[in-house]
Amino acid sequence: MAEELVNVTIDGAVVSVPKGTTIIEAAKQAGVLVPHYCYHPSLPSPAVCRMCLVEVEKAPKLMPACVTTVAEGQVVHVNSATAKKARQGVLEFLLINHPLDCPICDQSGECELQDYVFQEGRAGTRYAEYAKRYNPVEDFGPDVLYVANRCILCTRCVRFMDDVAQTPVLNVSERGDRAYIGISPEQTLDHPWSGNVVDLCPVGSLISKDFLHKARAWDLDKAPSVCPGCTQGCNISIETRDDVVVRLRPRPNMDVNRHFMCDYGRLDYRWLNRGDRIEAPLVREQGRHAAVDWDVALDRLGAMLRDTAGAAVILASGRASVESLGLVRRLVDRFDVTAAVKVPIGDEAPLAGIPDLALRPERVPNLHGAELLGYTRNWEAAVRKAMAASIVIILDADLSAEDAAALATAAGQVVVLGTVADEWLRSAALVLPITNMAEENGTYVNRDLRAQRYQQAKSQPGMARPAWWVAGEVLAGPGPDGDAPSTAAEAFALIADRVPAFGGLAHGELGFGGRTLRAAEVAR
Amino acid sequence: MGYPHPSHPKETPVLSKYFGDAEARTFDGWVKRGGYEGLRKALAMGPEAVIEEIKASGLRGRGGAGFPTGMKWSFMPKGDGKPHYLVCNADESEPGTFKDREIMRWTPHGLIEGCAVGAMAIGAERCYIYIRGEFTEPWRIMSKAVEEAYANGALGANVFGSGRRIDITLHRGAGAYICGEETAMMNSIEGRRGNPRIKPPFPAQAGLFAMPTTINNVETLAATPHILVHGAAWYKGLCLSNPKSTGTKLVSVCGHVLRPGNYEITMGTPMRELLYDMCGGMRPGRTLKAVIPGGSSVPIMTAEEAESALMDYEGLVEKGSMLGSAGMIVMDDTTDMVYQIWRLAKFYAHESCAQCTQCREGTAWTTRVMERILAGKGKEADFQLLLDLADNMTGKTICVLSDSCAAPVVSGIQKFRGEFEAYMSGARQPSLAGV
Amino acid sequence: MSLKTEQVSAHAGHDDAPHEPVFSGERLARLERMYAEYPTKQALLLPALWMIQEARGWISEAAIGEVAAVLGLTPAYVKGVVTFYTMYHTHPVGRHFIQVCTTSPCGLCGAEDTMRALLQHTGCGELGATSPDGRFTVIEVECLGACGFATPVLIDDDFIESVTPETVPALLEGYR
Repeated sequence: MAEELVNVTIDGAVVSVPKGTTIIEAAKQAGVLVPHYCYHPSLPSPAVCRMCLVEVEKAPKLMPACVTTVAEGQVVHVNSATAKKARQGVLEFLLINHPLDCPICDQSGECELQDYVFQEGRAGTRYAEYAKRYNPVEDFGPDVLYVANRCILCTRCVRFMDDVAQTPVLNVSERGDRAYIGISPEQTLDHPWSGNVVDLCPVGSLISKDFLHKARAWDLDKAPSVCPGCTQGCNISIETRDDVVVRLRPRPNMDVNRHFMCDYGRLDYRWLNRGDRIEAPLVREQGRHAAVDWDVALDRLGAMLRDTAGAAVILASGRASVESLGLVRRLVDRFDVTAAVKVPIGDEAPLAGIPDLALRPERVPNLHGAELLGYTRNWEAAVRKAMAASIVIILDADLSAEDAAALATAAGQVVVLGTVADEWLRSAALVLPITNMAEENGTYVNRDLRAQRYQQAKSQPGMARPAWWVAGEVLAGPGPDGDAPSTAAEAFALIADRVPAFGGLAHGELGFGGRTLRAAEVAR
Repeated sequence: MGYPHPSHPKETPVLSKYFGDAEARTFDGWVKRGGYEGLRKALAMGPEAVIEEIKASGLRGRGGAGFPTGMKWSFMPKGDGKPHYLVCNADESEPGTFKDREIMRWTPHGLIEGCAVGAMAIGAERCYIYIRGEFTEPWRIMSKAVEEAYANGALGANVFGSGRRIDITLHRGAGAYICGEETAMMNSIEGRRGNPRIKPPFPAQAGLFAMPTTINNVETLAATPHILVHGAAWYKGLCLSNPKSTGTKLVSVCGHVLRPGNYEITMGTPMRELLYDMCGGMRPGRTLKAVIPGGSSVPIMTAEEAESALMDYEGLVEKGSMLGSAGMIVMDDTTDMVYQIWRLAKFYAHESCAQCTQCREGTAWTTRVMERILAGKGKEADFQLLLDLADNMTGKTICVLSDSCAAPVVSGIQKFRGEFEAYMSGARQPSLAGV
Repeated sequence: MSLKTEQVSAHAGHDDAPHEPVFSGERLARLERMYAEYPTKQALLLPALWMIQEARGWISEAAIGEVAAVLGLTPAYVKGVVTFYTMYHTHPVGRHFIQVCTTSPCGLCGAEDTMRALLQHTGCGELGATSPDGRFTVIEVECLGACGFATPVLIDDDFIESVTPETVPALLEGYR
């Protein structure tokens, strides 16, 4: 499909872009950032903030880069004196009514107004003698506060709700410098994707109540990850401060979630910080658990697997990685295996304006990865089978009270690879502490059969290790000559060697955006 | 007619001929006065011929932009199969302008006829006349006239038996000057906030309801039947100066003249004739100080510039201003220029739609600086500040409201700097309380 | 389309009272007849808002909800439109609503004096306030498009030209 290309020069760099590309997008390819506020690649462009005005040779006026398309031979100056003066003018205008809230504003440190003013704004104000316009703070709904005084009226939030969420619940009220973002009193910002307006807001006007005054942006460490909330597999960033997850934010992936994530996934991260963790490997002897070293625990697990035969049941969490699910499954290859993954179900919540993007009913991230590795969704049947199996491996599954009570009286040996210390675990023969998804590297496969990597965001607590490491060590056997995988990439390679669906794929090829598994290799 | 005064001999009454004549408001009265002949002729000529005739006449948009009307009509696509719309801009809110009101309340059928001519020329079956909400009397009169026009076959499914459909809908505005901007007007008709749109797309490609649309001012449309009846050559011949400015213009003169009102002059008439002959000149004992000739959005002219200016598009540009809507605000020597410039800035700040940063914040900031100056707290640095703000507000926004705010400020400082300095030095007492 | 405001007391539409639908019976029929003149229902919003203000004197939150439902829009959207246009009242006003132009052309011809006379003789005292007897509200507006007939004043739907401080008292007599 031959696309017509257009050559354009932007700040001296020549780029070739498809016809119809806007200057602001073409500039990205030239490595030039055109400062902007109201423009956003996933929203319709109104060209109202006027920050992106650039100088185009032979054009009589400065042109807004977000809506002006490239023309053959065009020469654009983003950082000429004229363009810079215009931008400085916009920044000055924005600051006259903007309160000096930086010391108390959550956006500080990741604020686009701060950034551009620091980069090219005026050093001092010329508005000192006048009062700033005042509007009160508004509570818009479940998670969003609107600090009206900080608003720069870029209208990204209004356009998101109108065009992407397709639920026009925000408006611009009044006119002139009295304008502010309004919400109808009967309506509330409770749309399942409404938290995105906080990300979209370039300043600290729309802020998250959940994150309010929790941490300074510059104190945050960020790791690229995948949302563990459902099978959509939105790309996210896990943001931590001092090893505690304080925020999840979407990471752009044009093929999966564009720039967005739903509120359910966004706000469900507290479980990643739970402190009630299994701290050390535990071996049950004479009716009580004793904490042991990993060597001892791994030896014990190896022995259990060698000395038993018959039926084995794996009850796994849908949050377990491909690496973990795959290698744990391999542990019981000799057995008659039933493997199931628990899939809690909720209501679907699509983001109407983006095709194929929704909070999915299956509230686990790796259901499809599990299915490719031989796990099923038949949870109840698997639990029943576990009652009589020789060996039951619980891979961090969140058991209901009934299931836990039943498994406490299971005939065979119960091995738990778990994160959280639950009461019922006392009856398990072996309890091994594993990492949760924020504490390890791993891979999930989403509903579109896209394999996506997630990266470690915080330290492993206590003696916890990834489940794939545990299984890998046992599979390799004791002694220094074993070839146990020491990284998630090596674990993944072991899986890719044997499971056709992952045929020949390497971690390195998954990058930050993941890759769809080739259909031909997917064994159903 | 220099309504409410009788026509002055130096006027050229074409549109204003029946101002003050109540019978002209009725369908029969209008027909008796030669009305609807233009429409009948247009129907017989067909769209292409009508557009050519209007082009040849040199008629230019009378709402302020002065764009050649025939050319504007020719931008509409032909044979595209989409519904076309004509919008008649009766939002008249430019300070100093009050001519469209008279056309509507004295010659409503003249406007209806002009809209019908325009609609058929651009292939539109519906014309929306957007009347500002405050024009309650024109609304009542136009409503009645539209009913009459339908009853007499001048509008409807089969206009004068031509087989063409032309419908007119009156749409009432609700208090927003910015809705006089053509793209904001379209948004307002669509039931939205009156925000101007970015161009492209241009109205002729995708306008009202995303369909090809032409927007014309009341005065422009009202002129078209006359051109068709008397011929393009006649209209072209009504020209006293630059051949690019032809026909007549209704000039709304207000402020410090003896006889304010609407005066219909031939393009190119010297402004001093208008001021001193037709309007009767200044009040006793007073002298001319300044004129804002085109509605408030154009640069202020000094008395010398005004007295030597010719009233047409090019003539006023030559003097550093613009003809605009020809809402002429006349100021004599009692005028506090600083105060008037403040009041104009306040107008623009009130009317800004809030989309563009420079306009939303700049009009308000300009107003506040002017208030401080009037309160006696101004300083020398305020000159540079005001000029800087004006520069940042010019040529950088979706529409020209912010440029319009800048124009009186810049020209005011250029030509009446002394008055600002008088406030700053304390030579003049503050005229506003503290800010 | 009639412009005469059906007269209501200054206290009508008080927030506590249950909202009587505006668009029922004849008024709904009138609105529905207008659908044919526009390709979208959204375009009926400004005309519908005028009908609400004619009927009730102002546009309440409940009325906003009602018109939104009738036209298939959201209340937030409608509110954004209502607050843009300054002629729509979002709270009750005096029995007679007075708008006086004070923009420069009228300002040059004594509009501010006329405004002060109106404030004084109506008993309103300040702009935007309703007089103690509930009879008048006076506001200052921008150019009314009658600059040669300074000072123009809109009282309800009556457009009165050439008002001066001297003619104000007699003018107000006609509005009880």
